[in-house]
Amino acid sequence: MAEKIATRYGFYDGLVALAAEHEEIYAVDADLGSATGSFLFKKAYPDRYIDVGIAEQNLVGISAGLARVGLVPFCSSMAVFITGRGFEIIRNAVAYSQINVKIVGSHTGITAAADGGSHQGIADLALMRALPNMVVLSPCDYHQAKKMASLMYYHQGPVYVRTSREPVENVTTADDELELGKAQKLRTGKDVCIIATGMMTILACKAAEMLAVEGLQASILNIHTIKPLDHEAVIKEVRSCDGHVVVCEEANRYGGLSEAVAATLVQENNITFERVAIEDRFGQSGATAVLLESYGITPEAIAAKARRVVGR
Amino acid sequence: MVLQEKARKIRLDTLEMILAAGSGHLGGSFSVTDILVALYYDVMHTGDDMSESDRDRLVLSKGHANPALYAIFVDKGYVPQETKKTLRQWGSPFQGHPDSRMCPPLDCTTGSLGQGISVGVGMALGLKLQKKKSRVFIVSGDGELDEGICWEAFMAGAHFALDNLTLIIDRNMIQLGDATEQVMALGDLHAKMEAFDFMVSEIDGHDFPQLLVALRKRTEGKPHCIIAHTVKGKGVSYMEHNAAWHGGIPKGDQIIQAYSELRGVNHG
Repeated sequence: MAEKIATRYGFYDGLVALAAEHEEIYAVDADLGSATGSFLFKKAYPDRYIDVGIAEQNLVGISAGLARVGLVPFCSSMAVFITGRGFEIIRNAVAYSQINVKIVGSHTGITAAADGGSHQGIADLALMRALPNMVVLSPCDYHQAKKMASLMYYHQGPVYVRTSREPVENVTTADDELELGKAQKLRTGKDVCIIATGMMTILACKAAEMLAVEGLQASILNIHTIKPLDHEAVIKEVRSCDGHVVVCEEANRYGGLSEAVAATLVQENNITFERVAIEDRFGQSGATAVLLESYGITPEAIAAKARRVVGR
Repeated sequence: MVLQEKARKIRLDTLEMILAAGSGHLGGSFSVTDILVALYYDVMHTGDDMSESDRDRLVLSKGHANPALYAIFVDKGYVPQETKKTLRQWGSPFQGHPDSRMCPPLDCTTGSLGQGISVGVGMALGLKLQKKKSRVFIVSGDGELDEGICWEAFMAGAHFALDNLTLIIDRNMIQLGDATEQVMALGDLHAKMEAFDFMVSEIDGHDFPQLLVALRKRTEGKPHCIIAHTVKGKGVSYMEHNAAWHGGIPKGDQIIQAYSELRGVNHG
């Protein structure tokens, strides 16, 4: 539990292991391999690593071409660049074309930290969710990220995965099963349902500990598949907590997990909804802890929202 | 010459399809017809039914010229004859811009300009990595070279030494709004492509002997760029060199004149 490691490394450790058995897997990057984690793949399979230079549009286009002739490319850059600058290529050459390209966006959320707001991916979930045919994944820790490589490989079609720069503690284990589109319940409670994705999941676990001391039992639902969302599990879990729900995501509040959950719950009766997300501001440079505090992305903030939805 | 007769038929079918649809791009389809005919009826190894994995690939990056390509698919029997009547209609394999999910003989979905060049470079790279003998032909417009992704892809094509890649630029000098040199000048395109380390040929894009020599040519260690000088609207006098026929549809006497010119004139 105490060891911290970033999901960007977990993902590529998983891909390196998977690629041993599948020679059609290639990694493609745009001169950011040391940042995205794809350098791990390059080290293991230098002949199956393609660097297209600092050109994210071409990164996606070339990957679509590789996929069209039977290879399985995992293309990566920082989320802000690959989903931002690469967006319309992803839209037409990948999603609209239903081509088997896997997209990896690293440095998501404000925990990309020191590089500043220009490099912090906060709109990637909204951009990728908006595309038909696109599956959107968001691992919460090293173990989950590591398993996602094969989840993506065995899904035929476009998939986006967002990873983080910041090392985080594990909340899942190497043995936990991971199924595409199935939410993972990490804690059972009856008073409030905390729904979390990515590194927010460990913060949600810490918030649940604080609430337990006060006599509030929180259940925690980890959403690793943002799209398609596990509507059934969301509704069931929120219902079992009297309609009290707090959604946590390290992304802008528009277009991400919290809006997806809100849309799912809008037809349910007696829902009390709060969210912890980036409140429509760009990020900036700073130490991770300082940024999280100043953007209100802390276990304390989650606990406060939880108290509010249960009326305490 | 057989190819000239074939090109005549493809232009007539293209006109028929676009008239039936009520919209479509005649100018760019006509400028590129002879290039596509040379490829599909002579140069490309397509296999019997386009399903061989080592067949040559074509990416029509100027996707709006697809009626000419669709007419070829009908003529070659890749799709049923009656498909011709369905251009741009609900459920048709002949979507307004090429969609390979709807129309499997298409090697690539295109339409968003510039992207086909990047995807085509990726296809050539992927085939080379798999040690396949296939060649990749990209047919691009000249106007679409305004897109930055083209130049990213050109750099990559040379960097990865893609000698299985042939880029044919349909240099008709006109884009949607005006002459290419008015909208955004391409200037010395030959020098630009050479500077990007392509081997460059310049030909008359309506001359089949020149087309065949250039398209058959193999390079070593670098991609080949053919600048094919063409006439937008080629074959119908009032459409030729006229930006209005990028997306214009003939009416009344214009239709009669177009058919009669395409039938009567040898468009080699």
